[in-house]
Amino acid sequence: MNRLDARFHIDYPGFRFDVACTVPLDGTIAVFGSSGSGKTTLLRCIAGLTRAPSGFLQFDEAVWQDDAHGIFLPVEQRHVGVVFQEARLFSHLTVTQNLKYGMKRSHLSRRRIAFDQVSELLELEPLFQRGVSHLSGGEQQRVAIGRALLTSPQLLLMDEPLASLDQQRKKEIIPFIQRLTRELSIPVLYVSHDLNEILQLADHMVLIKEGRVAATGPIQEVFARLDLPGLVESNMVGAILETRIAEHEPQFGLTRVEFWGQSLFLPQQALPPGAPLRVQILSRDVSLVVGAPPATSSVLNTLEATIVEVSESPSDQYAVEVKLDVGCPLLAMITRKSFHHLRLRPGQKVYAHFKAVALS
Amino acid sequence: MNVPEMDWGPLWLTLQLAGVTVVVLLVVGTPLAWWLAFTRSRLRTLVEAIVALPIVLPPTVLGFYLLIALGPHGLIGGPWKDLTGSALSFTFTGLVIASAFYSLPFVVQPLHGAFEAVGKKPLEAAWSLGASKLDAFFTVASPMAVRGYLSAVVLGFAHTLGEFGVVLMVGGNIPGVTKVLSIAIYDHVEVLEYTQAHFLSAVLLIFSFLILTIVYTVNRRLPVHVS
Repeated sequence: MNRLDARFHIDYPGFRFDVACTVPLDGTIAVFGSSGSGKTTLLRCIAGLTRAPSGFLQFDEAVWQDDAHGIFLPVEQRHVGVVFQEARLFSHLTVTQNLKYGMKRSHLSRRRIAFDQVSELLELEPLFQRGVSHLSGGEQQRVAIGRALLTSPQLLLMDEPLASLDQQRKKEIIPFIQRLTRELSIPVLYVSHDLNEILQLADHMVLIKEGRVAATGPIQEVFARLDLPGLVESNMVGAILETRIAEHEPQFGLTRVEFWGQSLFLPQQALPPGAPLRVQILSRDVSLVVGAPPATSSVLNTLEATIVEVSESPSDQYAVEVKLDVGCPLLAMITRKSFHHLRLRPGQKVYAHFKAVALS
Repeated sequence: MNVPEMDWGPLWLTLQLAGVTVVVLLVVGTPLAWWLAFTRSRLRTLVEAIVALPIVLPPTVLGFYLLIALGPHGLIGGPWKDLTGSALSFTFTGLVIASAFYSLPFVVQPLHGAFEAVGKKPLEAAWSLGASKLDAFFTVASPMAVRGYLSAVVLGFAHTLGEFGVVLMVGGNIPGVTKVLSIAIYDHVEVLEYTQAHFLSAVLLIFSFLILTIVYTVNRRLPVHVS
């Protein structure tokens, strides 16, 4: 698989940016961190908009920056699309001229994304006749995404593209971004400080903290790391399951989804059967049962699990974090008392009861 | 009032001088304004002060230094003479060079402000869309800075029209070569030809008023580009 290999070092007054990571060029790669952590700097270094005095950047086989050998490819020759936090549309051009600005400058042999395809994907046609200044924030951002895509980039860089939009607009745009990677198979590097966006969009994750990479890997693995609560200052996440809608049970207001051949129940979803759905489980919503589960229980969701590892909870001194394997990693936060009572140990088979939440 | 017997030469010469000066200043002033808008060099404030000097200096002081610089042994006149074999002082070319210095801030400052208002952001977007630095300048920065250009052209032109002290110092008063409108008016007044002085002054007044009115009207109608 193609990979992006990046190493950058910049000394700012009072801040050291020193990042090294290798990520697969597939799906959506999220760069997550609080504001001021250096995640935008990483994106700008990859784009070639900021030049780290000491850096190395390799995209697949192509070296874009290697200061040991004096190599630095300028941004216009990297064939990356950049979507900024503000749309940065050209106000002296129409919507259509904005969309075609980069397309006209891309070589014919590189073009593999058609104007109509992008226009349909992002539902841009109703905007063509409108002046750029008369578009809403969400519409502007859709045009900006379309403009970047029409250069047929080999990598799309998005720098907090939703940060300046309200919740309603965010909800409008996220499905478009999800469709990008699926339908156009362009890898996306997505910078955000919003955990909810990342959980919905990301396949791979780079966690940046104080100018350094604190964790990196597939999102399911990163969010099942026992030290994660200390890293993201949140003990929210226990697992992210990739499920598929099986059927709706409108009489109960529930939707049944399938995960590794087992059934889970969620509040009713709007998606059709067969559609993929990402499900989040919070570690504090997971409880463990040793031995066969009782035949009668009000708990709807139960998965067989194997204990992988047990550690102190970084956020609560009277709790422990148990890392389980349910086909993918799952974290459970249980009380210290229960932990001693159940005599849990790695390798043991248990049943995990939990409440599941759809990510959308 | 009867139209007096007029010599239109000075008016024509003045328009030529202002036109050529503005073209020269756009060519020289655009890169200078660009540099001022985007550089992080410590020299910036120094260069800004030098560019603004003609606004505060008495034209005779500027004219005096230019007279020396343009002379056959001067900083500019010397190399020019070696290169072309002719002197610069008391020529139309010399007058253009002097006017360019004199009107420099009136072209550079509006451009500088306009480029700063456009900022780096649209340029970064253009580069990321595959535009080279020069391409992005012509297709994004310049059209977005169009009001700055309009102000620069008009102020540069109008300021050169009204130039007197500098011209007198470096150009003298040679009919058809360096005798511009403001000097012709002075000459008429000197010999008490008030009718001619009135007439030329009125031409300059009305002309200046007209172009300024046109420019402010056009400027109002142009869209403001804020990134």
